[in-house]
Amino acid sequence: MMAKTQAQTENTPVLEIRGLTQRFGGLTAVNDFNVKLMPGELSGLIGPNGAGKTTVFNLASGFYQPSEGQILIDGVPTAGLKPHKVTALGVARTFQNIRLWNDMTVLDNIRVAQHYRLGYGFFHAIARSKRYQQREAEIEKEAAELLDVFDLKRFADDFPKNLPYGTQRKLEIARALSSHPKLLLLDEPAAGLNSSDIHELIRLVRWIHDKFDVTIWMIEHHMDVMMELCTQIKVIDFGQTIAEGNPETVRNHPAVITAYLGDDVI
Amino acid sequence: MLRRFSVHLLLALFGGVIIYCAYQEYLSLYVMSVLMFMGVNVILSTSLNLVNGYMGEFSCGHAGFMCVGAYVSSLLGVWLFAKDKVFGEAVFDPEYALYAFPLLILAGGVAAALAGLLVAIPSYKTRGDYLAIITIAANYIIISTIENIGVIGGSRGFMGMKSLLNEMEEVVELPWMPIWVFVFTVFCVWLMRRYVSSTFGKGVTAICQDEVAAEIMSVNTNKIKTITFMLSSGMAGIGGGLFAYILGYVNPGSFNILKSTEVLVMVYLGGMGSLSGSVLSAILFTILLELLRPLQILKWIVIPLMLIILMQFRPEGIMGNRELGDLFPRLKKFYRFK
Repeated sequence: MMAKTQAQTENTPVLEIRGLTQRFGGLTAVNDFNVKLMPGELSGLIGPNGAGKTTVFNLASGFYQPSEGQILIDGVPTAGLKPHKVTALGVARTFQNIRLWNDMTVLDNIRVAQHYRLGYGFFHAIARSKRYQQREAEIEKEAAELLDVFDLKRFADDFPKNLPYGTQRKLEIARALSSHPKLLLLDEPAAGLNSSDIHELIRLVRWIHDKFDVTIWMIEHHMDVMMELCTQIKVIDFGQTIAEGNPETVRNHPAVITAYLGDDVI
Repeated sequence: MLRRFSVHLLLALFGGVIIYCAYQEYLSLYVMSVLMFMGVNVILSTSLNLVNGYMGEFSCGHAGFMCVGAYVSSLLGVWLFAKDKVFGEAVFDPEYALYAFPLLILAGGVAAALAGLLVAIPSYKTRGDYLAIITIAANYIIISTIENIGVIGGSRGFMGMKSLLNEMEEVVELPWMPIWVFVFTVFCVWLMRRYVSSTFGKGVTAICQDEVAAEIMSVNTNKIKTITFMLSSGMAGIGGGLFAYILGYVNPGSFNILKSTEVLVMVYLGGMGSLSGSVLSAILFTILLELLRPLQILKWIVIPLMLIILMQFRPEGIMGNRELGDLFPRLKKFYRFK
């Protein structure tokens, strides 16, 4: 249903991060971080609590400006861009703690996420011009279709705060996809879900990856989710990359085991 | 067909009846002026609701923007169309005042919208309580500026607008003031209704509920904030312009923080984020003020007391954040409000 994103040259990475460093005062949250995500990839970022994973996502989505280093979305540097501009370049994300607009209907949540390509401005909205009516109809149609494929149509007029937790997670992902991203960042999508919800989530992420033309990068603590979904995993601890590779390599990597379980030597 | 235009018809009928009554002088001057202030209050409360209710910021300097609108449209009007001791002879023939009047009011609105930038630009970086302080400061800046311009009367105020109205009625014998108040009230509510119900305008609600999510989900928050603040203060300016012409006299003292508070009360009474609530509460509040007039100064004990009681037992106001259509689903189905 989603239009395929413009012909990407196969060799341009959707996301390229070079030498990314972020300092908060004296604390170096992320240090010399590098990553390259090719179109269609589904990879993961893990690490113990406080390792700097979410900071990386905040940087990639333009929420922070990096202290050092470069972030390129589809070859375009994001330095100095406001978050909404970065989203317009094709990055969408979800949040660790769900951030839906709770007092807007589910349908409106999906609609507003298309804000950067409304194609009309204030005066069109006031005059209810031809362009406004046409675009508004398209937006509505697209939002309805998206809800339909996500099986959320029956909630269209409900408020997100009244939905079950798992459904809110799903809605947040649907909202992110509503902005036609090339790169989807999922920040702990399984947090707070029970085991049957988690299976559902694994199916959902795989289905999104197959159905939409989108590269997915996710943070997750549930290792089974990562093992099942990701082809590449990067592990960071205290802002340093300590391991990377396919799930099997990462699982058995000594540095990872040390980071998660601690050292034998006391 | 009838269905689609029934709101328009009802409005036209209502306006027609009132203006006819004014024309035939069925209603006393007192009742007419109360009705006109009702219109002004509707404009003020709906426009403040745009910022306080829809966008979730707390502006308490609304009267400042009203002041800008009032002064700009009065000064322009008197300068262009009336003989005055400050400006001397009228620039244009006074009989053209009739046609230029809506433009004068709109000019006041535009000036007030520009003054709105005084709050809009700081709002990029601050919000909540801090922005509220800035809005109070803006209110004071505007009032003090005008108080210190001696040429236009300073704190003694400015007058001469009545002669414009007299000119207008001389050219065509109609109750012009009630007509324009009615037209502008409908225009303002209509404009805001269209703004907040578009996907573009829903960005305002998104900012209210989670600004971070709004920015990340591609809403240009700075742009939306600028537009919303400017629209809101522009409307206040229109309200102020009408206010000035109804009274025929303006002084900076009547646009102080007390006036802002009065508008705030109307917004909270009606319900945050509900245009119909604001309209209703502005009407009720104006009536209430008049009904309690016999109490004289005691009025200002009774009204705040009612406010305390309201906040205790129904903090969401009369309408909550719902519109009329949500309360009466059949009404919504019938009209299919857009």
